[in-house]
Amino acid sequence: MSFDVDSLIEAVNSAYPGAVKERIEYRGETTLIIDKDTISGVCGRLKASFGFTFLADLTAVDYLEIRTPRYEVVYHVHRFGPEIDENIRLRLKAEVDGQNPKIDSVTHIWSGADWLEREVYDMFGIVFTGHPDLRRILMPEDYEPFPLRKDFDVRDREASKRSFERALREGGD
Amino acid sequence: MERVEFISREADFNADTGIRTETMMLNMGPQHPATHGVLRVVLYLDGETVVKAVPYIGYLHRGIEKLCEHITYQQCLPYTDRMDYLASICNNIGYILTVEKLLGIEDAIPERAKTAEVILFELGRIESHLVGIGTNALDLGAMSAFLYCFKERERIYDILETVCGARLTTSYPRVGGLPLDLPDDFEEKVRNFLKIFPGTLAEVDSLLTRNRIWIDRTKGIATISAEDAIDLGLTGPALRGSGVPYDVRKAMPYLGYENYDFEVPVAYEGDAYSRFLCRMEEMRQSLRIIEQGINNLPDGPYAADLPDVVLPEKELTYTRMESLIRHFVLVYEGFKPPAGEVQHAVENPKGELSYYLISDGTGKPYRMRVRGPSFVNMQALPNMVKGRLLADVIAAIGSLDIVLGEIDR
Repeated sequence: MSFDVDSLIEAVNSAYPGAVKERIEYRGETTLIIDKDTISGVCGRLKASFGFTFLADLTAVDYLEIRTPRYEVVYHVHRFGPEIDENIRLRLKAEVDGQNPKIDSVTHIWSGADWLEREVYDMFGIVFTGHPDLRRILMPEDYEPFPLRKDFDVRDREASKRSFERALREGGD
Repeated sequence: MERVEFISREADFNADTGIRTETMMLNMGPQHPATHGVLRVVLYLDGETVVKAVPYIGYLHRGIEKLCEHITYQQCLPYTDRMDYLASICNNIGYILTVEKLLGIEDAIPERAKTAEVILFELGRIESHLVGIGTNALDLGAMSAFLYCFKERERIYDILETVCGARLTTSYPRVGGLPLDLPDDFEEKVRNFLKIFPGTLAEVDSLLTRNRIWIDRTKGIATISAEDAIDLGLTGPALRGSGVPYDVRKAMPYLGYENYDFEVPVAYEGDAYSRFLCRMEEMRQSLRIIEQGINNLPDGPYAADLPDVVLPEKELTYTRMESLIRHFVLVYEGFKPPAGEVQHAVENPKGELSYYLISDGTGKPYRMRVRGPSFVNMQALPNMVKGRLLADVIAAIGSLDIVLGEIDR
């Protein structure tokens, strides 16, 4: 592997001071903790200068009562190597506050982020500013809770019942 | 039933011809045989040309990611084969590999288990491609190819049945290796399949590959360029059909795939026909891998010697008290991976399937995330069908080879 993560961090930090807060190595995977306000710039830089053209995954984690910025938005970015076995994968994480969770969208960098961000919004209620079409994707449009939040109780059927009853009322024939 | 609505706000009256034209909204699905499940696509049509296509998903949402937060790592396994149920064994193995990575026990897995998993993984790939090609052909009117494909798929199900007792929902390997040794007739059945399958593949090949009608319906249809495919995050035959040679088995090898001799087929047109060609060739390459696997299937232990993770043998459970206690503890509490997080990707038949597991040191996953290939690949549909004919939507959905169980999870 002829890829140097340190020089990548240096380049990103010189363009966006303080963007990379921490670097974690675990089980052969590299995780970078990115400052939330610079995420769009950092991702754009990774794609343009370092060839991370492929967004493998985008998701979020809820650390209710465990950490203070409650949410983490997790990006898995991928670089196709010049040789087929020289692929690099990085994990980027951005911490997002529990009150009014908001982060910049990366849909203008990878258009594949569209549905992935919609799913995170649907499941966690994290708003992606700049997303072209931020709607619920898996749950009904009028569903209120955010199911993958840790304070959501799976036994609570009231919200589903309301959606279902509304559909019955409006469905007609 | 499909419901047709007329949108008058986009109505347009042509004074010269005296004809009033308007865009028609056609609701395709969620119960439509060509949507391969419960996909709903709202199509805006100008005559027979698609102006805009908006997919709606979520009709099969079961909340697997949430459910897995409340059960032990081993109990999550049966949920994984209910995602891409056409290649459930591949989902199972992908999940098991992720848990093994989280535990840090990849090196302890015996070779016999790894080789058996490779054979089963490639059988799963053939099984899924057979359905993908068969139903794509069926949707476009070629009934006979579908029957040949499904006949062969039954043979794979028979092999899976001898190995794990189930045909569709396999839930097969365990963390640390196989639950039981492979049955005695496994090798014979796989060798028998290797002998018969090339004949069927040749029949499907002769029915479709140079079939004039098939070529007319798929060539130049639902095209997507390499740049767009990467930008949208497509994987699997949908990406390789556009000329990008990305295959997780080569890019980030797992299960010792680096030791197998096989090629990654790539086609360059980016249309439905290219994706079909990729799938056909991938089945031939899978046969090569299975043959190498069955020839080199080593004897020896089938599960790792890790008492903290692997259940004791049944005989010992019934005869020795220590084994019985161990069995109880493992079933009730599960093993406890150290706090940390891993992501592991496998090359599923439909593209890259990756699991992202976070452990907080207890016996249950703190968060399990599944990145299904169909979910991301589905995003390409509006681009593919824009400006094309209504009939091409069917060809596009079939050539993407989506499974709604995995899109909705």
